Parts: sequence; C-alpha cells; structure tokens
Amino acid sequence: MKVWQSFSLALKSLALSKMRAILTMLGIIIGVAAVIIIISLGDGIQDYVNESFQGMGANLVAVTIKGRNSSRNIAEEDMYHLAAENADCFSGVSPAVSVYGATVKAGNQTFEDTTVTGVSETYGAIRNAVAETGRFLQYVDVARQRKVCVIGTYLERELFNGDALGKTLKINGMSYQIVGILEEKAGSTSYGDDNQVLIPYPNAMKINGSSQIDTYYFSAVEGQSARAKQMIENRLYRTYEDSDAFFVMTMDEVLNTYNKMAGTIQTVLTAIAAISLLVGGIGIMNIMLVSVTERTREIGIRKAVGARRRDIMGQFVIEAATTSAVGGSIGIIVGIIGSVLIGSAFDIQATPSVKAVAISFVVSVTIGIVFGFLPANKAAKLHPIDALRHE
Amino acid sequence: MIELRNVYKIYPMGDTEVHALDGVSLRVAAGEFVAIVGRSGSGKSTCMNIIGCLDVPTAGQYFLQGVDVSRMEENELALVRNRMLGFVFQQYNLIPNLNILENVELPLLYAGYGSAERHKAARTALKRLGLGDKLRHRPAQLSGGQQQRAAIARALAGNPPIILADEPTGALDSRTGREMLRYLQSLYQEGHTVILITHDNTIAAMAQRVVRLEDGKIVYDGPADRYSALAVFLEDSGPEEAQQ
Ligand SMILES: Nc1ncnc2c1ncn2[C@@H]1O[C@H](COP(=O)(O)OP(=O)(O)O)[C@@H](O)[C@H]1O
Ligand SMILES: [Mg+2]
Repeated sequence: MKVWQSFSLALKSLALSKMRAILTMLGIIIGVAAVIIIISLGDGIQDYVNESFQGMGANLVAVTIKGRNSSRNIAEEDMYHLAAENADCFSGVSPAVSVYGATVKAGNQTFEDTTVTGVSETYGAIRNAVAETGRFLQYVDVARQRKVCVIGTYLERELFNGDALGKTLKINGMSYQIVGILEEKAGSTSYGDDNQVLIPYPNAMKINGSSQIDTYYFSAVEGQSARAKQMIENRLYRTYEDSDAFFVMTMDEVLNTYNKMAGTIQTVLTAIAAISLLVGGIGIMNIMLVSVTERTREIGIRKAVGARRRDIMGQFVIEAATTSAVGGSIGIIVGIIGSVLIGSAFDIQATPSVKAVAISFVVSVTIGIVFGFLPANKAAKLHPIDALRHE
Repeated sequence: MIELRNVYKIYPMGDTEVHALDGVSLRVAAGEFVAIVGRSGSGKSTCMNIIGCLDVPTAGQYFLQGVDVSRMEENELALVRNRMLGFVFQQYNLIPNLNILENVELPLLYAGYGSAERHKAARTALKRLGLGDKLRHRPAQLSGGQQQRAAIARALAGNPPIILADEPTGALDSRTGREMLRYLQSLYQEGHTVILITHDNTIAAMAQRVVRLEDGKIVYDGPADRYSALAVFLEDSGPEEAQQ
C-alpha cells in the first residue's frame, strides 16, 4: 500500500509539471523508441531477405566457372552425371547462360535492362521459377533449341498489358514465342526477378557466340548443401586442377553470412541507441536530485511522523522507476508508430516484437531504479531536524 | 513517563561551542500539561526535538517510559516517534501536494494500518477538528487556522500518548491561537501528555505546569499559577521579542 501511494504520488507530481516531466523522460523516450525501431526494422529486413532467399531456392548451390586459359573445360554432360549419380545429394542441375547486352523488343517498345538467361527445363524447379500461366520450358524446347521463352510479370505488364501468353517478342532481333508467365517474385519491379526472360540455354550460347557455360545451378537435397558443395568442388578440381578456376557457393552459406552480418549491425545500432537510455537514466537521476532538495522539508515531515530510512528510500526509488516507466511506455508507443511508419516508407513489414517491447520496458524501469538509487539514498540519509528546518 | 537526566546539546560554532541545552533535568508524568517557556534562543525547540526523538542529546540520558532513547539508532527512533508522539509545529508542516486526508493518514501509513482503517481514523480526527468537509482540500486551499487544525488532527490520528506543540499559535492571530489551545487542553483532559512550547507567558498560564529555560538551563519549574505571579520578576527586560 505504501508502494501504491508512492506510485500514485509519483504520477501526480509528473502530471503537475508536464513540461519538466517530458524533459526528464526525454532521454528514456528517445532511447526506448530508437531501440524498438531498430529491432523491428532489422527483423523486418531480415525476414524480407530470408524470404527472398527462400524464393530463390533455399537449397540452391551456385557454381561459377571462370575457367583457365587452356582449352580444358567441363562439359555440361559431366555436370548432369554428377547430379544423376549422387541422387542422395542432388535433386537437379541446370546451366544458366546469361545473354550479355540483350535487347528485348515487342511492338515498338525496347527494353535493354531485361535479364535474358538460357536455362534448361530443370531450372524452374531449382530456382522456384514456376509458370503461373502457360508452362515452363520443356525438354524438347531445350533439345530442339526452339524459339520459345517464359517471361516475368513485369515484362508481361509493360510490354503486353498483362496478356502475353502466345505472343512473341524479339531478343536481339530473333522472334521468341511466349509459352509461360512466371509467378510474381519481387513486386513486378524493373530491378528484380520479374524483369527477366528465360530461353533454352543452347539458344543463349548461340547468341553469345560461345561454347562456354559459366554458371550452373544445382539444387541440393535438404540438409545436404555442404556435402553437395564439396562434391562439386572435387569434380571441378579433377578437370581444372586449380581451385581458383571455379567458385561454388551454397544459399545456406550466403544466408548465414548475411544473417550474421545483419545481426552484428543490429546489435551495434541497438547498443548506440541504448546509450541514449543511459543518458536518459542520468537525466532522471539529475531531476531526482533536484526533487530531493526541493522536497527536503517533506522528507523531514515524513520522518517526524515515523517514516524509516527505507520508507523514504522506497518512495524515491519508486518515483524514479515510475518516471522512467512512464517514459518507457511513451517511448514504446513512439517506437511502434515509428517502426510502422518507417517500415511502410521502405516497404518493409516492420512489426515491433513483443520481446522488443518487453525488454525496453524492463530496461527503462531498471534504469529508473538504478539511477533513482543515489537520490533516494540522499533523501533517506537526511537528518529529520535538518530536513524540517530546511526552507 | 518522560525523564531527561542532565541533558546537554552542544553545537560547535567555529572555535567555540553553543550550549543549546546545558544540563537539563526534567521529569514529566503521564497526563501532565507542561508549558516550556523562555526567550528566543533559550533552547526550547532543542529541548522539544530531543523529547520528540527528532534529535539525540550530546550528553546525558533521556528515558521515555523507562527506556533510554538517547542512544537509539535512527529506525528505532522513527518507530518511537510514530507510536508515542504527535507533533504540532509553528509552520503547520503539512505536505503541500497531498490533500488534508492524506496528510493526516501519514503517521498511520508508516504505522502499517490498512487503507480502510487509515481513512476511518484520519476522518474521525479531522471531523473532531471541524474539518470533516475539507478532506480533499490541499493545505494551500485552507486558512492558517484550518491548516493548524489539520496538523493537530495528524498529531492525534494515531492516538499517541504524548502531544508536542512547538509555538503552535506563533503564526496565528490571537483568537485562532486560543482556539488551538482549547484543542490542546481538551487533549490533556482526555489523558494525553501535552508539552507546549511558547514564549508567551499568558499562553503558558493555560498549562498545568511551567518550565522556564534560560540559556539552556531550567530556571523555573513549578505550577502555572505560581509562575504567572513570578513572571514579572523573571522577565528582566520588557516584552518578549518576536520568535521564530
Ligand atoms: N543546528 C544548529 N546549529 C547550531 N546552533 C544551533 C542549532 N540549532 C540551534 N542552535 C542554537 O541553539 C540555541 C537554542 O536554539 P533553539 O532551541 O532553537 O531556541 P528556541 O527554540 O528557544 O528559540 C540557539 O542559540 C541556536 O542558535
Ligand atoms: Mg524555537
């Protein structure tokens, strides 16, 4: 009940001088809001990135071949064999041949920033590229080097007003028939996977005028990414006898590296924001010290009617904790609103987690208690007579 | 009930010392009404602070109901103040941001009463002092006399055996002052031990017994009526100067 009285007294004195209360709590408000915004934006970005990676195929293993200046080269059949013979480890493989500087034309519109890639029929399953309407490239398309393609939703909308199936577009002047439209992946923007054309890979090699395949995508069986990588490296080393001639990367590795990096950045940012919590704590201590001096006489009166040291101590610690808890709550509200606003400005789903809110609240109350301790102790130690005589 | 034995209170002042109390011995029985008189600076407040366990003597002993409180530590003194003593100060000393009811409840709060009991006792005390309709008022919303009545209510709310009043009329006009004294007298009649500090001999005459201090020493201790007759001789220089 004394706790309750101290608490309501603290709320009353906060309400009494709102300007002073706001200034006292400002550091805590800013600190808590910043921590919440950083954590929820960070989590939002991480979720977004992880989802995008999932979209690219979580068990993807990307192989880049730089080759050597010799004529020695790995044949695509060798890669197919590797996947087929180790079915416990691989579930598919597809070459990916980028067409450099491709122009895509339909009607009187020309696109030069569209990604044109030559792939095999297995590519769809490996990269999660599913045809939403029509179909994906098939074995016969690849084997017969048919002039067919599948395109992303951005192109369908921009070039064909959302109705592209069966129509034709021109890649570097050659007509390709559109047999499928891929599912939307990145909001149908020009800079994502929705602005792409997939064609049979032999066609792409012909356009490039090269017999080299510089990229392969394997899909590993769940949990076998590391083993798959090892196997591919061993196989390529047999051909090139130089580990610099190729580069194998698993999506797991990329994701882990990214998550580790993002986690570090988030921790550092949170720590910086937490400094303002510390400054906020010092602000509260400062005002509490002033308050103890202002209320010396009150302390004397309380002692005269029987308050013990710990009663006075408790009163001022609770007051400090209440102040910072109120500041923390305001900070939480500001933080939640801020996260949502900033998140929507950057198109990120930034939902403040219950954990972030709970931690900030507990931390701000703790700061109040810790920084309220010194002023409270000063108050508790006052001699009743000296306190009563104070003007 | 109260017994001071050769009590000294000495304040160091630079190179010298101020003997605020200079060997005071005093016994007050339960149920007495004692006025402590003397000029400004004679040591009255110091004496009351020691009797009230707000301060401890530099030397000597103080027995309260047979217990030596002069060597008690702070928390024990707080307990004694809470259970045994009720204070009335010249400047009322109410807490400005609590209402009258909360102010009167304060000693009961520290005594550990539950909130219902606290309300009841505080309300009863305030009604008795004619403030039953002012419970939710802040001290600043009341007149001086009303504030002092609230302070008396606070002093008696926990029903302590001893009431100490240091110049309770000092800040009030004479009519309101007399009203306060009637309340103190009625507390005495109910069996409380009342110690009243004043510099005014006519007020002292309302007590049953008078103790006069001069330079920290007791120079008169006897019945009030005899003191009134002697007062003219004890006051060697004209009327008393203003007190703080
Ligand atoms: N805290 C203190 N420090 C130094 N001197 C003090 C202190 N308190 C009281 N005194 C001195 O002790 C003497 C008695 O003071 P006090 O008891 O307040 O007198 P009264 O109440 O009779 O006016 C005075 O000379 C006063 O200056
Ligand atoms: Mg005095």
